[in-house]
Amino acid sequence: MKRIVWLALLLGANAFAAGALEGDVQKQPLNISAIIMFLVFVAGTLGITYWAARRTKTAKDFYTAGGGITGFQNGLAIAGDYMSAASFLGISALVYASGYDGLIYSIGFLVGWPIILFLVSERLRNLGKYTFADVAAYRLKQTPIRSLAATGSIATVILYLIAQMVGAGQLIQLLFGLPYSWAVVLVGILMILYVTFGGMLATTWVQIVKAVLLLAGATFMALAVLAHFGFSLEAFFSKAVEVHAKGEAIMSPGALVSDPISAVSLGIALMFGTAGLPHILMRFFTVADAKEARKSVFYATGFIGYFYILTFVIGFGAIVLVSTNPTYLDAAKALIGGNNMAAVHLSHAVGGNFFLGFISAVAFATILAVVSGLTLAGASAISHDLYANVFKRGKVDENQEMKISKMATLALGIVAIFLGIAFEKQNIAFMVGLAFAIAASANFPVLFLSMFWKKLTTRGAVIGGSLGLATAIILVILGPTVWVDVLGNAAPIFPNKYPALFSVTVAFIGIWFFSATDKSADAQAEIEAFEAQDVRSQTGIGAEGASAH
Amino acid sequence: MTHEMVEQIKNNPKYQELVSKRNSLAWTLSIIMLVVYYAFILVIAFDPSLLGGKMGSGVITVGIPVGIAIIFIAFALTGVYVKKANSEFDDLTKQIKDEIK
Repeated sequence: MKRIVWLALLLGANAFAAGALEGDVQKQPLNISAIIMFLVFVAGTLGITYWAARRTKTAKDFYTAGGGITGFQNGLAIAGDYMSAASFLGISALVYASGYDGLIYSIGFLVGWPIILFLVSERLRNLGKYTFADVAAYRLKQTPIRSLAATGSIATVILYLIAQMVGAGQLIQLLFGLPYSWAVVLVGILMILYVTFGGMLATTWVQIVKAVLLLAGATFMALAVLAHFGFSLEAFFSKAVEVHAKGEAIMSPGALVSDPISAVSLGIALMFGTAGLPHILMRFFTVADAKEARKSVFYATGFIGYFYILTFVIGFGAIVLVSTNPTYLDAAKALIGGNNMAAVHLSHAVGGNFFLGFISAVAFATILAVVSGLTLAGASAISHDLYANVFKRGKVDENQEMKISKMATLALGIVAIFLGIAFEKQNIAFMVGLAFAIAASANFPVLFLSMFWKKLTTRGAVIGGSLGLATAIILVILGPTVWVDVLGNAAPIFPNKYPALFSVTVAFIGIWFFSATDKSADAQAEIEAFEAQDVRSQTGIGAEGASAH
Repeated sequence: MTHEMVEQIKNNPKYQELVSKRNSLAWTLSIIMLVVYYAFILVIAFDPSLLGGKMGSGVITVGIPVGIAIIFIAFALTGVYVKKANSEFDDLTKQIKDEIK
């Protein structure tokens, strides 16, 4: 029964790659080597921030690192955004608990990336400047479209930030043996420092450093596990089947994806949600041109795919080497610290105390890197979309806009600290799911149709996008994760955990209907402006940043 | 960009070639990815035993190489697109840009 409850929690939140870490958390003894290694990481990243701060002078530097990130670097940074603590610990925990089902989730996270490459990435680079609202509002009315896009961005960022903050608080207890509130305050302060002083350049390099450390650590673990079996997969999997309570069932799909509507809906949330996350979309503006934007996704897909194969091996490795070793088990034969600790215990099993410290430090550093990207995206929506383009109608000097974005970063950091502490004991399993649902239902349809559909008008985008946003929020509230798990009702009004199939459909139909019936003169002008936009999106002629090198 | 410039580019046969080639490649690859992924998900939803079948005498099931293969397919498809786009499409784009100068 305990396992079922745990699984339900895990799937609620960790179904989303960069999501919250859920499940039982017990504070562990103080882990000095992990704390020291983490401090080394912090010192290094503050060094990066100092270096980046001296190179961050203009708004373009602040928002997009001057557009000078290469495709390879950006690929690592995107992969870093995706390889969060929850996907590392959560997916390996899922594999540890049910074997093959973990792989099904990993695949769901990955397949959105090729689609983003084929349909979105270069157009985004050719049209955008600092935020995805630049693209959505390219030929539509600035004020309503940017307000909608900024609302979608800020909502996504805040929900995500809360989940990450609570995750940080739980992880610090598990990994370092330090109190919850320390983590929340520490993460909040460090992310404010990275973002306000180092802007996108620091945020990107912190993410790259973390991605390299995490990939290196995970590679070592996977190789050590395989080496234990003389690199015989048959011997490795046979041993896992032999020692796992579920036996051969861990080698086949289990009960995870039993109903097709949930499966399809989750797929849509993952795919379109990823393509609507402001902190991910923003990364496409940090590269020089469409060519580098494409390369970013190629490398990112490679790194993420490789990482998921590693977590699969790590999860099975934990079955073989951790679940059989009494050192890692409590009196009830469960993992000390909960299943999310599977990968962490495995690091000790294959590399001793030193490597345990390393993996713990990297897992915590991961949260820091992800929240920095989120905060920068949220601050950009406030300063670039709301302040500069809505409030000041585009008439604003650059220094003033940067000042506002730094103030917004500070404000978001403080809000995140307070919310992180306020939500410590709350059930936040729904938050990342809701963030993905909003990204998929409000941000993505407007962005996608603004680039692909000539007849999109401001009215259609605003009404349809708002309907998508409202539907996503309402269905999550009426669904099992909030109506039952948070509000304590017996049965959900809306049966499905993932509303994306419905809310995305509502958004697309709403946008279509209210655009098609919009016969105003403004609408006509917006339709006529599509040609010029399309030529630029296809060729990059007139694109931002093309001349900066 | 002026209206004349937009018309000029749109009427350029090279632009039309670029747009139609890129669209057909992008949508073809997208559809391949979607078909592969949703076929996998639907098999799991309706007939999971298909993936639970053994490969030979050991414990390794068909599902494991299939799952890993989907990860490789995703990566390979991005590779195909990037290779095509960074050579052929970028060449065409460059020619279009040169012509308007």
